[in-house]
Amino acid sequence: MNNGGQWCKEHTHTNERRTTVGMTITEKILCKHTDLEEVHPGMLINAKVDIALGNDITAPIAINEFRKAGGTRVFDRDKVVLVPDHFTPNKDIDSAQQCKVVREFAQEQGLTHYYEVGEAGIEHALLPEQGIVLPGDLVIGADSHTCTYGALGAFATGVGSTDLAAAMLTGEVWFRVPETIKIVLYGRMQKWVSGKDIILYIIGRIGVDGALYKAMEFIGEAVGHLGMADRLTIANMVIEAGAKNGIFIPDAITEAYVRERAKRSYTNFTSDSDALYADMIDIDVSTIEPQVAFPHIPSNVRGISQAGNVKIDQVLIGSCTNGRIEDLRVAAGILRGRKVAPYVRLIIMPATQEIYKMALREGLMEIFIDARGVISPPSCGACLGGHMGVLADGERAVSTTNRNFVGRMGHPGSEVYLASPAVAAASAVLGRVAGPGELPGIGG
Amino acid sequence: MMKFKGKIWKFGDNIDTDAIIPARYLITSDPAFLAAHCMEDVDPEFLKKICPGDIIVAGENFGCGSSREHAPIAIKAAGISCVIAKSFARIFYRNSFNMGLAIFESRELWNIVSDGKEIEVDGEEGSISITDSDFVRFLRIHPIPSFMEELIKDGGLMRHLSKKKE
Repeated sequence: MNNGGQWCKEHTHTNERRTTVGMTITEKILCKHTDLEEVHPGMLINAKVDIALGNDITAPIAINEFRKAGGTRVFDRDKVVLVPDHFTPNKDIDSAQQCKVVREFAQEQGLTHYYEVGEAGIEHALLPEQGIVLPGDLVIGADSHTCTYGALGAFATGVGSTDLAAAMLTGEVWFRVPETIKIVLYGRMQKWVSGKDIILYIIGRIGVDGALYKAMEFIGEAVGHLGMADRLTIANMVIEAGAKNGIFIPDAITEAYVRERAKRSYTNFTSDSDALYADMIDIDVSTIEPQVAFPHIPSNVRGISQAGNVKIDQVLIGSCTNGRIEDLRVAAGILRGRKVAPYVRLIIMPATQEIYKMALREGLMEIFIDARGVISPPSCGACLGGHMGVLADGERAVSTTNRNFVGRMGHPGSEVYLASPAVAAASAVLGRVAGPGELPGIGG
Repeated sequence: MMKFKGKIWKFGDNIDTDAIIPARYLITSDPAFLAAHCMEDVDPEFLKKICPGDIIVAGENFGCGSSREHAPIAIKAAGISCVIAKSFARIFYRNSFNMGLAIFESRELWNIVSDGKEIEVDGEEGSISITDSDFVRFLRIHPIPSFMEELIKDGGLMRHLSKKKE
């Protein structure tokens, strides 16, 4: 039951008069969620939220704050979404307690969108897949990678638990309207280059605070060659450049993805031609080779040809960044008929149960197991050094995740190299940081 | 209310939330437990050095990474009175105001003080004073929007909302 997308090319006013400059897509979505006629960067606004999200780490604090403030019912049981995905399946007694708090609250409040371990997955893969977030939505999540949903043309940003508590209570959240950096992508991508390589390249170029407090809007002809999986990966990592949100303007690719999933109406926004931008960055994607972020900061990026000889102990393919079916297909294409190098562990982590089932049907799981990989249930555990893939002192991992800070995946003496599924799969086979072009029979 | 006095402890650029409180400790939100591991991976001696009221002085992009409120909770529960950085990552920035941890932006302070130096911060006047033998040096702090000052004064977002409801 889809009502279809409603296209708003112009921002609508109560009268025809335009007194100031146009607005970006980010400004329009924020504006639409207030009583204001227009918003501009720097304004402090209170906005209504369409979705407020929490997980097993952040929701318990929010629930506690909600109760302390005298909260009894959430503002809308369809709009508060809880997904225990971080230390699940329960890692230990303390994490089990945290999950229990979340579960009991969801039950008590009769939340429409609570996802138990067996039906869930990683929140940022799950919500777009299930059509819970849609174009034009204003989404907050007590998880920094909430920015992922910008790929759908939604305004989505990470907040803390207290913001989540306030939103659960009032349905509103305060924002400072961000300035926008326009990122124009053009050219055709080389073989083995993906959305992950584009976003790593951008973070390497502008730095981990290069977009601090700002929106990153991705446009340009190369965007038309990026599928939803690549766009979700790019939007997922804008927080690694300090951005408040990343956003793509909905097009036919978005529409095809959303149409079959949406269970309510949604609005496609676009930026006005006279909107103001804080900065503009042009990127010729044809010049980008597969990228790797070396330890211990996501901006420490090199092209794969400059990686040198870095021996590795573990490879992780999955997460909210790169655990979608498209990612698993790329990895399986490289691992088919090959074996993981001796003394190297390969962990495959489909991001949702749905993706897990698709991978099973397509025979990908058999390829991974034959290659000597192990399949993990959907979980954030290994990405943040929680469980199911923690690193020991001195160990190195190539990971398709999003952060490589000191101790991110385990011991403070371990190292994480961030890369695409293609580079991760090739590295697993070769036992060192390497691109697929180095494998015999594949070619660059 | 917005006045702080303490010794400063310096950290560099891009101190991330995994450095402030490693994810392996997120199995609980108990402030005392989190405080006991604050900054552990960056400076294992940190908790032994600090006294209640001390101040963290950091470089660019302090608190980047995760949205975990456990980071400002750990800092506050460790007894740190305020954080002054060249710049803050945005989620850490809003989390701090929302839970009532005072934070200020100053681009100059980091360059002119060293570990253990005592300073005074007046958040209302918007100044930092540093006493050197016989003269006092004043620095201006980047002013906080009045809405956010209200959050700090009310003791965080939830108390601010309750107060508004009354």
